[in-house]
Amino acid sequence: METQNQIWTEEIKSKNSLFSVNIKEVWGHRDLMFMLVKKDFITFYKQTILGPIWFFIQPIMTIAMYIIVFGNIAKLSTDGLPQIAFYLAGTVIWNYFSESLNKTATVFKDNAAVFGKVYFPRLIMPISIVVSGLMKFAIQFSLFLIAVLYFTFIEGTVHPNIWILATPLLIVLMASLALGLGMIFSSLTTKYKDLVFLLSFGIQLAMYATPVIYPLSTIPEKYKWIVELNPLTGIFECFRYGYLGSGSFEASTLAISSGLIAIIFIIGVLIFNKVEKSFMDSV
Amino acid sequence: MTNLAIKAENISKQYRLGEVGTGTLSHDLNRLWHKIRGKQDPYLRVGESNDRTKKSTTDYVWSLRDLNFEIEQGDAVGIIGRNGAGKSTLLKLLSKVTKPTTGNFKINGRIASLLEVGTGFNPEMTGRENVYMNGAMLGMRRDEIKRKFDEIVDFSGVEKYIDTPVKRYSSGMYVRLAFAVAAHLESEILIVDEVLAVGDAEFQKKCLGKMGSVSEGEGRTVLFVSHNMSAITALCNKGLYLNKGEIASKGIIGDVLKDYHNSINENDVISYYNVGDLAVGGFKFTNLSNLGFSVIQTGDLLSLKFKIKNNYSKKCNIEFNIEFFDSSEIDIFCVGNEFNNKVLEIEPSSETEIRIQFKINLIPDKYYMKVWINNFTTFETNYTDLFFGFEVEYGDIFGTGKQPKKENSHGFVIPEYEVNYLSM
Repeated sequence: METQNQIWTEEIKSKNSLFSVNIKEVWGHRDLMFMLVKKDFITFYKQTILGPIWFFIQPIMTIAMYIIVFGNIAKLSTDGLPQIAFYLAGTVIWNYFSESLNKTATVFKDNAAVFGKVYFPRLIMPISIVVSGLMKFAIQFSLFLIAVLYFTFIEGTVHPNIWILATPLLIVLMASLALGLGMIFSSLTTKYKDLVFLLSFGIQLAMYATPVIYPLSTIPEKYKWIVELNPLTGIFECFRYGYLGSGSFEASTLAISSGLIAIIFIIGVLIFNKVEKSFMDSV
Repeated sequence: MTNLAIKAENISKQYRLGEVGTGTLSHDLNRLWHKIRGKQDPYLRVGESNDRTKKSTTDYVWSLRDLNFEIEQGDAVGIIGRNGAGKSTLLKLLSKVTKPTTGNFKINGRIASLLEVGTGFNPEMTGRENVYMNGAMLGMRRDEIKRKFDEIVDFSGVEKYIDTPVKRYSSGMYVRLAFAVAAHLESEILIVDEVLAVGDAEFQKKCLGKMGSVSEGEGRTVLFVSHNMSAITALCNKGLYLNKGEIASKGIIGDVLKDYHNSINENDVISYYNVGDLAVGGFKFTNLSNLGFSVIQTGDLLSLKFKIKNNYSKKCNIEFNIEFFDSSEIDIFCVGNEFNNKVLEIEPSSETEIRIQFKINLIPDKYYMKVWINNFTTFETNYTDLFFGFEVEYGDIFGTGKQPKKENSHGFVIPEYEVNYLSM
């Protein structure tokens, strides 16, 4: 019955191939991504009295606690760096990573109302979460920069070097890892809801498996490879090495991290893409 | 032959009933095991059609089953059917909110779907910001919204409040703004679920007008789900009638509505109720004023047919009365043979069919009935339990689009009246 000139611009199929990620469609919805980021920005300002000041209070309180517990009670090494600068470096980037992961991991559940009523490439949602996280990160990062400037020019205890230029790459890597893991978890939690519990304490535990509050150099040589398998290790070591000028950083560690993150990210996108088409039935 | 906009091939959608999450892992593993051995998914075979009146014996249910249809470009298709017939599921599949279990759709053109008005509206953001947000969610580009912004605001009629957070809006303003965005979508295919049920009558008319111009003027294809039959007749030229997840009828809207109407009557034949030695049943309501409509509207001339069976060994002389109650079980009126002295005689073990025609302008509600029978032969009076009779929708008897409502204390019936200003 079909005429010769019948054209179809789109097909909705019951079975999709695993690799049918429509990047063009995601790009076509970039305006929506910016709107979502803007929404986060606006709602954050309007709902709190102190607004962005909270972004300062949180890391300051956290590092104060770290200095007392890890620095003075447990007496963990900081590679000879000032404790404030050392802990601030770890906290600022860890906060960004953990919050991005936490939010992307529940993206289906949190947005079920919207996802159930309108279609747009679901990838937009986790991407916008990771991008909005940058806003808070930028504020906390400026606090860290102030500390770096103080310790460089007044105290002279830290020595920033050329690896500072790697910062954008490190942010992209962290965002990709949070996004990749977040998408894997969010896809699985639509069906297996118990994983939410695993994730919430998993992130807490992961902080101790990552050189956030201790330098990689304190790990015995025998076990170093285990910590280096953690894709975050390279990022944290590179970040501290670049800004504070000490630590056991090697470019190869960062290369391994990048490779692992790329794999996790691709797996995340594929699983997410697979689940997004039918998750509404099980959420 | 005109070009097609949508072609559905063997579309089915299966849902899992009950608690989703328990036992999913075991089902998934079982599925995987079948897949490895190259066998069919074991859960696709089970499941039954979506008849909500029966208790299901399996955990899976087919919300849609093997739909095949074609929609031509420029058609306005009204999708009708009772609640749970799969109308909204069909729209969800076409909107890509969820995917079909089997089958596929072929689509020619960009689809804009409106399953809800104001998706993504954030109360903290201003009207202006929400227009951009909602527009972006519905698939509009930023410059597209910018270009149409004035038109959208104009259509909504809330320009005064456009820079106020929408949490300060009345619900009417909220809906107006949200619909205005959706009405300005540029797409070849527009999908609309029962969203017009909200908003005031005047605005509803405006929206219907906009949608009408959309389907006729711009050659757009429209799919429209509604229980408002007058809106469907006004707007659509084609119809698709779904019953329990399957297509019961499709084609020209008038024919489809007729099929829908007829089948409703068939479905409504209820079993018999025993009233002493007699039994009443087979109630059938027909709307005489407007044969195309399945729903009873205010101002319709109604015909009620039913049967009385005599299970007694002798001839019975009876008097009957049918009492009608509204949804709060207040009795509103009754019809019967008591007041006109027409006593009914029924021979032993036979039945009589009775038809009552009456007209009453009821306020929209659900109406229930109870049948009383006085048997002069056995000197017994018996009555049935309360059972569902019919539902009344508002038929615009004043022609103004404004509607009296029970919840606004407008009473139980709507008299036909005139108001005259004598001194003017």
